[in-house]
Amino acid sequence: MRGNLRALLYLSPWLAGFAIFFVYPLVSTVYFSFQRYDLFTLEPVGLLNWEYFLKDQAAWTAIRNTLWLVVVMVPLRVLFGLGVAQLVTRLKAGAGVYRTIFYLPALVPLVAGTLGFVFLLNPGTGPVDALLSAVGLPAPDWFGDPAWSKWGLTLLGLWSVGDLMVIFMAALLDVPKQLYEAASIDGADGWRQFTSITLPVIRPVLMFALVTGVIQTLQYFTQAEVAARVASGATDSAGSVFTPGYPDQSTLTFPQWLFQQGFRDYAMGYACVLALVLFAVAMVFTLVLLRQFRFAEEES
Amino acid sequence: MTPTARRTATRTALLWVARHALAIALALMFLGPLVFIALTAVMTDRQALTSDLWPHTWDWGNFTEIFEKAPLLTWIRNTLLYSVLATAFMLVSSIPVAYALARFRFRGRRLAFLLVITTMMLPPQVVAVPIYLIWARFHLTGTLWPLILPMLLGDAFSIFLLRQFLVTIPREYSDAAKVDGCGEFRTLVRVILPMARPAIAAVALFQFFYCWNDYYGPLLYAGTDLDNWTLSLGLAAFRSVHRVQWNLTMAATLLAMAPVIVVFFFAQKVFIEGVKLTGVK
Repeated sequence: MRGNLRALLYLSPWLAGFAIFFVYPLVSTVYFSFQRYDLFTLEPVGLLNWEYFLKDQAAWTAIRNTLWLVVVMVPLRVLFGLGVAQLVTRLKAGAGVYRTIFYLPALVPLVAGTLGFVFLLNPGTGPVDALLSAVGLPAPDWFGDPAWSKWGLTLLGLWSVGDLMVIFMAALLDVPKQLYEAASIDGADGWRQFTSITLPVIRPVLMFALVTGVIQTLQYFTQAEVAARVASGATDSAGSVFTPGYPDQSTLTFPQWLFQQGFRDYAMGYACVLALVLFAVAMVFTLVLLRQFRFAEEES
Repeated sequence: MTPTARRTATRTALLWVARHALAIALALMFLGPLVFIALTAVMTDRQALTSDLWPHTWDWGNFTEIFEKAPLLTWIRNTLLYSVLATAFMLVSSIPVAYALARFRFRGRRLAFLLVITTMMLPPQVVAVPIYLIWARFHLTGTLWPLILPMLLGDAFSIFLLRQFLVTIPREYSDAAKVDGCGEFRTLVRVILPMARPAIAAVALFQFFYCWNDYYGPLLYAGTDLDNWTLSLGLAAFRSVHRVQWNLTMAATLLAMAPVIVVFFFAQKVFIEGVKLTGVK
C-alpha cells in the first residue's frame, strides 16, 4: 500500500497532465462534435457535423493524400533507411563519417529543410531538373505540379531518413555474427543471408519503424504546409488568405484540413468530427504498436 | 595464392570499391541540399533566380540584411525562451515519472506505461480544439505559454525514452544505496541520475530541438503579432511577409539550421545513443 502511494506521488505530474491534456479534451471533443461552435455561439446540431463530413470533398481529398503518403512514403523511407544502414555497417573505413553525413539532414529544422527543397527542385532556380534532363529523365515542376508535389515531399522524407538509419544500424549490428558464419559455411550467398537471417532477426525493429512511421505520417503537417505556402508564392499581406494544398489541393493532408476548419474558419464543432476520425485511425495503429510492446516485455 | 583465394581477394576488393563508390554518391546527395542552401545564401538576389550554382560574387552582406528585413532577433529570443523553458520543465516533471515506471512495483504499472505510449503516439491535432479553448479562457492564446506550461506536467516521449534507459540500470546499484540508508528520492538523485546522464542529455537535446524546430505549435498559438513569433514561423513566412528575395530566405534558413548542426557536432554521441533508445527491439 505504501508502495502504491509513493508511485502515485512520483507519477502525479503525468497523471495530472493525462487528465487535463488527454482525458478531458477527448471527452470534450466528442461533445463538441455534436455542436456548432465558432468561439462565440454554441448550438447543438445533432449529427449535422457528421453528415457534413461525408459530403466534404476537401476532407476526402485530404484523406486520399494522407493515405498516399502512408502507402508510398512510409515504406520507401523504411526500405531506404534499411539500405543505407546496411551499406554503412558494411563499410570498414570511414563508417563514422558517413553515418554523420547521412544523419545530419534528419536534424535540419523541418521548415528550413522544406524551404531548401522547394528552391532546390524549382526548375528555374535549382540544379535538379537540369541534371535530370541532362540524363534524359523527365524534369517535372515538382512542387508546382499536382502530379509531382507529393513525390517532392517524399524526396524530402527520404533525405531526412537518418533517424531510421541509426535505429536499423543498431539492429543490424545486434544480429549474432555466428549466424552469418554458419550460413556462409553452408554456402548461402549475400542475398540468401539477408532474407533468411537478417530480415527475420530485425523484423520487430522493421515493424516498429513501419507502425511509428504510419502514425507520424497521419500527423503530416509542417512540410506540406510550408511547401505549399512557398511554392504558391502566397503573400501574408492583409486581405489575402493562404489556403493549404497548393497546387490544386494535391498537398492537402488531413491534419491541415482539421487545422484549417478549426483554427482558420473557426468551425470548431466540425473540426472535432475530423479530430475523432483521426483519433480512430491513429488508435488502430497504436494498438498494433502496444501489442508489440507487450511481446517485447514478455520476452525480456 | 591459390586461384580460388585470388578470386575471392579480387571479389572482396571489387565489393569494397563498389560500396565506397555508392557511399560517396549517397553522401553527395545528402550534403547537396545543404551546400546548395549555403551557396544561395551568399548570392546576389538576381543570381539566386538563375540556375547557376556557384556564386559570382560572395554577398556576405546578406547575413546582416536579413536582420534589417525581419525581426529575427526577437524571433530568436522567443524561440530560445520556448526551447529552454520547455526543456527545463520537461526534465523536472518527467524524470520522476520515468523512474517510477522503471523501478517501482505498484498496481497499474503496466497500464500506466501503455497509456504513456498511447499519448506519445496520439496526433496532437486530435485534442487540439478543447486544449485551445482552455488556453483561450486564460487569455494565453497569442503567446507561447500554451506550449511551455504543459511541460510542467510531463512529456510522454521523454518519459518513454528515460524509462527505456532506466530499466537497463541494474537494480543492485539502487539496492546498495538503500542499504547505505538512502531513501528512494536520495537514491534517485545521488545514484540513478548520474548513471542516467547520457539518457537525460539525449531527451533534453531532443526536447530542445523539437521546440527549436516546432512549427505547428507556434502556428496554432503565437497569433498574428510578429513580436510573438518563433524562428520557424518567421522563416516559413519570410519570403512572403516582406516579399524578400530567395537569397535572403536561404540566408535566414542557414541561420536557423546553424545552431542545430553545431550542437550536433559537439554532442553527436548523445544523439545517436538517444535515437537508438527510440527503436525498441
